[in-house]
Amino acid sequence: MPKVKVARKSTHVDMTAMTDVAFLLLTFFMLTSNFVKKEPVVVFTPSSISEIKIPETNIMTILIDRQGKVFFGIDGQDNRMQLITKMSEKYGVKLSEKEIYTYTLMDISGNPIEAMGVYLGMKMEERDKASNNLGIPVDSTDNQLRNWVKIAREINSNSRIAIKADETTPYPVIKKVMKSLQQIDENRYNLITRLEGAAI
Amino acid sequence: MAEVSQDSGSHKKGDGKQRAKKASTRIDFTPMVDLGFLLITFFMLTTSMIKQQTMEITMPSDKKVTEENQTVAKASQAVTLILAKENKVFYYFGQPNIEGVKETDYSSKGLRSVLLEKNYEIAKQVEDLKIEKTRTKMAEDIYRKQLSEIKAGKNAPVVRIMATDDATYKNLVDALDEMNISSISRYAIVDLDSISKQLVDTKIKL
Repeated sequence: MPKVKVARKSTHVDMTAMTDVAFLLLTFFMLTSNFVKKEPVVVFTPSSISEIKIPETNIMTILIDRQGKVFFGIDGQDNRMQLITKMSEKYGVKLSEKEIYTYTLMDISGNPIEAMGVYLGMKMEERDKASNNLGIPVDSTDNQLRNWVKIAREINSNSRIAIKADETTPYPVIKKVMKSLQQIDENRYNLITRLEGAAI
Repeated sequence: MAEVSQDSGSHKKGDGKQRAKKASTRIDFTPMVDLGFLLITFFMLTTSMIKQQTMEITMPSDKKVTEENQTVAKASQAVTLILAKENKVFYYFGQPNIEGVKETDYSSKGLRSVLLEKNYEIAKQVEDLKIEKTRTKMAEDIYRKQLSEIKAGKNAPVVRIMATDDATYKNLVDALDEMNISSISRYAIVDLDSISKQLVDTKIKL
């Protein structure tokens, strides 16, 4: 009986087409990406029907977590450099050049200016721990947030203020922040929300 | 991947001519694809594709308003919302009175229907304008202008939003959202006054 010979096929697959697709996608993602901002706390914003998009530049963000800790950040590394320098001068806090540089790398941070030196001296992993983020004081006796916003406004007069707070943040904290902004005549701002029904 | 050279063994022994070895033109792309997908994964994970939505809000100035600049709303137009704990909303029309205080919630049948009823005329006009816009392909700026004219109409209600200390940020955003939905342009976030606080306290106890 003659043996049926199975034709031996080459195992070689042409990868060219796959490479094309891979690099096409890569180019797309490279060109359209703007990186996710690293935030010290995770907040779950409430939803709204508003469809206005927040701009990427000229923005100062006030982040409020569910415990009521307040964080502040502006866009642009140069702007942050000016901000921290002026802020530390105002409060007479000495920061080393390295600490100032560390600050400029962070999008958003929140600590009393007195504790800033210790915080900036920490390692990156240490800084991420929630217990090391004390929040910016917004009390009537020691309202540092007001000064942060004021100085940020001097640096960039075009920037908008965006408030990003958690759904469960108690209202008194929001009120305190709004009052602080009112005191320095910042009466227009944006509240960051997510689209109704969207998962994130 | 192993490649079998196509011309191996093709030249015979004893042949005087030394032919140049034909190298395969095939290049193994597998590592390149690996690299490509690695980078894609990186960019996909670090990208924020969705831009954040935002809600614009203008707060009243802190500066003292002089008597003549002050706009006094007619009592018939005034609506006061009080955001209380456990996602409850209390509201009353006009002057604070205990009988007028009613309770509702943030659902579409709750607060929204109350506001839409109050703002019925304007909401209807806005609705008509929207239909008109899609029908006649109205320019965006003309539409906006007409929209703001309608919203600033004479009988437009004035809403005061007050929040108790037990309210959350979500409550506030929900309330502001309802203003947008029911086409109310005149609203303000104001501090909880003592009368309203008392009214709500007694209402909760009942």
